[in-house]
Amino acid sequence: MSQDWIDIGELSDIPARGARVVRTAVGCVAVFRTGSDEVFALQNRCPHKGGPLSEGIVHGKSVTCPLHNWVFSLETGEAQGADVGHVRTYPARIEAGRILLETSFLQARMAAE
Amino acid sequence: MKQELVIIGAGMASGRVIEHLLKEDPDAFEITLFNAEPRGNYNRIMLSPVLSGDKSYADIITHTDDWYEQNGITCRFGEHVVRIDRETGTVVGQRGALPYDKLLIATGSAPFIIPVEGKDLPGVITYRDLDDTNAMIEAAASGGKAVVIGGGLLGLEAAAGLKERGMDVTVLHLMGHLMERQLDESAGFLLRRDLEKRGIKVKCRASTAAILGETRVEGVLLEDNEGLEADLVVMAVGIRPETRLATDAGLDVARGITVDAELRTSDPDIHAVGECVEFDGQLFGLVAPLYDQARVVADSLLGRSAAFTPKELSTKLKVTGCDLFSAGDFADGAGREDIVFRDPSRGVYKRLVLEENRLVGAVFYGDTRDSNWFFGLIQSGEDISEMRDTLIFGPAYQGGAALDPMAAVAALPLDAEICGCNGVSKGDIVAAIEGGATDLGTVRSLTKASSSCGTCTGLVEQVLGVTLGDDFVIPAAASICGCTDLSHEDVRRMIKSRELKSMAAVWQELGWKTSCGCHVCRPALNFYLLADWPLEYRDDPQSRFINERKHANIQKDGTYSVVPRMWGGMTTPDELRAIADAAEKYNVPTVHVTGGQRIDLLGVRGEDLPAIWADLNAAGMVSGHAYAKGLRTVKTCVGKDHCRFGTQDSTGLGIALEKRLWGSWTPHKVKLAVSGCPRNCAEATCKDIGVVCVDSGYQIGVAGAAGMDVKETERLADVATEQEALDLITAFFQLYRENAKYLDRPYKWVAKVGLDWVKDQVFDADTRQGLIERFELSQSIYQKDPWAEEARKSGEKYQPLADFKLEAAE
Repeated sequence: MSQDWIDIGELSDIPARGARVVRTAVGCVAVFRTGSDEVFALQNRCPHKGGPLSEGIVHGKSVTCPLHNWVFSLETGEAQGADVGHVRTYPARIEAGRILLETSFLQARMAAE
Repeated sequence: MKQELVIIGAGMASGRVIEHLLKEDPDAFEITLFNAEPRGNYNRIMLSPVLSGDKSYADIITHTDDWYEQNGITCRFGEHVVRIDRETGTVVGQRGALPYDKLLIATGSAPFIIPVEGKDLPGVITYRDLDDTNAMIEAAASGGKAVVIGGGLLGLEAAAGLKERGMDVTVLHLMGHLMERQLDESAGFLLRRDLEKRGIKVKCRASTAAILGETRVEGVLLEDNEGLEADLVVMAVGIRPETRLATDAGLDVARGITVDAELRTSDPDIHAVGECVEFDGQLFGLVAPLYDQARVVADSLLGRSAAFTPKELSTKLKVTGCDLFSAGDFADGAGREDIVFRDPSRGVYKRLVLEENRLVGAVFYGDTRDSNWFFGLIQSGEDISEMRDTLIFGPAYQGGAALDPMAAVAALPLDAEICGCNGVSKGDIVAAIEGGATDLGTVRSLTKASSSCGTCTGLVEQVLGVTLGDDFVIPAAASICGCTDLSHEDVRRMIKSRELKSMAAVWQELGWKTSCGCHVCRPALNFYLLADWPLEYRDDPQSRFINERKHANIQKDGTYSVVPRMWGGMTTPDELRAIADAAEKYNVPTVHVTGGQRIDLLGVRGEDLPAIWADLNAAGMVSGHAYAKGLRTVKTCVGKDHCRFGTQDSTGLGIALEKRLWGSWTPHKVKLAVSGCPRNCAEATCKDIGVVCVDSGYQIGVAGAAGMDVKETERLADVATEQEALDLITAFFQLYRENAKYLDRPYKWVAKVGLDWVKDQVFDADTRQGLIERFELSQSIYQKDPWAEEARKSGEKYQPLADFKLEAAE
């Protein structure tokens, strides 16, 4: 698969331990910044009741859904603790202070439609 | 026949290259060394001791003039190289060209200058070479104020040196904690505390807007409009590889000069070494890899095969009294485990990061004795599962057995001190127990042990357990969350008694087991800190639940609800019109009257929030805080103005209360009501605080509830005047803010502390006055309309970061 990276903004556009969303034709992607300045991209939808994960509290490499406190790993998208569920994750990285997302997921999902 | 080797730059890397060449094959090259500085190689990392006065320039010279002469090296110091001509194989200096067979570029790096107004004023300097160091020493001789921009290694070393030389020093750092690339927040906190102890002021999250001055520097202006006086400004925000010569010569340059594993550039006759190179996407700023590179370059120049491999790096700070060590990767994450050791009283913090039974990162502060051993484990990637239990204690403890804490307490002699604050020994506690004490509370009242800072509570309980045997079960006080064993009450007490004023201070001093807390403890700590230290603490939006972070209630479909404040439940046709207009303009699907007599606009889209707030603000309304752990509503009836039974102006009192209390943050939501007569149309007797007006004055009830529990208020007081009612209610409100556990509403808190204790506090005139004053102080900071602030300054964060919807649809 080709590695097309797309620049979506400055790291500082997202507060540390916060998130912003990127809107796509196939739904919103939440881009998280951890306390140690790593970035992760996940589908912005909790599998439980559809809560916007971008609005949750970020701790370590986890986020807690703002609606019912399910906790997800930002790395794997797996629900933590007793809850069972999975959030789709997407490649994201930082280069020279800019946040890059890999675009193939967009293309792959569009092709599937 | 010797080959001509030209070296550009006399830094630490090139000095080492020359040594290797001379040692391996002194007859291979005729060497010419260019240097822009008017001197040869010296040990640049020792500039900090020179600045602080611990060493002189003579101490840090690595190669003297005699040495160059004896080894036949032609020195062209103080001469800039103008260009490299690869066509003719010559290096052109200011004083003439020179042919080369082999060329080594070792130009190092240049300090980064923030492009702000005033950066070129006299008195603004960087910290890179001996000239900079001397300039700082000279400036410090006349005293005055220094501002160091940059809280990284170099900046802090500059700050410590300038302070040592008697200047009044402030460090400005853009990030949330010092040395954020090498340290986590907890270690950064300890470092900051140590620097502050020596009188260096530290401002984090400080962004420089401009450097001020007419003919020379006079001050620094920050983005938040704060101004600092400065006689000297040191910019130490970072460095970038010095690649201009290489770029002009057409060599491959990315961030640094691109080299292969033999440090060869894209031209086989030209090598590069040190901070100016980029290898495998990495830059190199520390000495160890530079020395590795120097050996490889020397071999490569001599035609021997060699390869440079980057290794794990470690960092130490050269500031006397600040022992810190950082190595490897210490970010946390899934699959990674932390072992954290904190000894608050000694200021020691150690954190090991493990991944698949290997040590991958380490941060130490305060005790770095074993850091080399740990660094060795990181480099070797050895399996540490066998010694995991005792790993954090270092090499001396490997193979030892773990101690049972109860056995350890039992083994303590009777004169061992248990409570340091009150000087209470184990013997005092045992005597109290033998005198009849059977629980912590009694021991506390008899001996004072654990009654001050409270950190010895666990020890006192263990003494109880050892002395009473099976008769005493150590109570498992519910801890806040998995990050700590401490209860909310313990944490609140220690935040006050030990003056902990930041989240990182709490994590460190109270021994948090995670690196940065979790969604349960962070909102609680954020509240405790801002309630106790309104002037010093800075609110952390990322530690607030979404409703408070976005100043609106999140609904099940991800939309929000917006509730403007209607003081005491009063409104006007203009306000109603503005609400109706806003509802139409922003397609609000549901308009609902709340149980607290306010109007709720439900179903507002997240990105519309700043705009709808701006519209409601324009009509004179502010946030109703319907989302907040804070004052929500004051419900009222119409009182004596309209009602034939009304005895007092209940609406007026409701408005006065709301205007006084709004905007403050509390442990949980707080609702009030004021009824004008005992018929109680405002239902004041099931509120957190309720007032029922009667002919003789005001009946104040507190600790009612009508939520998950239904409970009638308890009578706090009957007072004759409105002013007395306002004062008592304010004092009660602040007492609750200062003492309750996060997420306890007043009825739960009063049940724990007892209404009698509450009355003792608020009826005592001095205590009451103190509570009111502290509340007013807090309000001077926190009583502000979040809608107005957000609508004005940060509307963009409510928008998506990027929108690919249109592009993708094409």
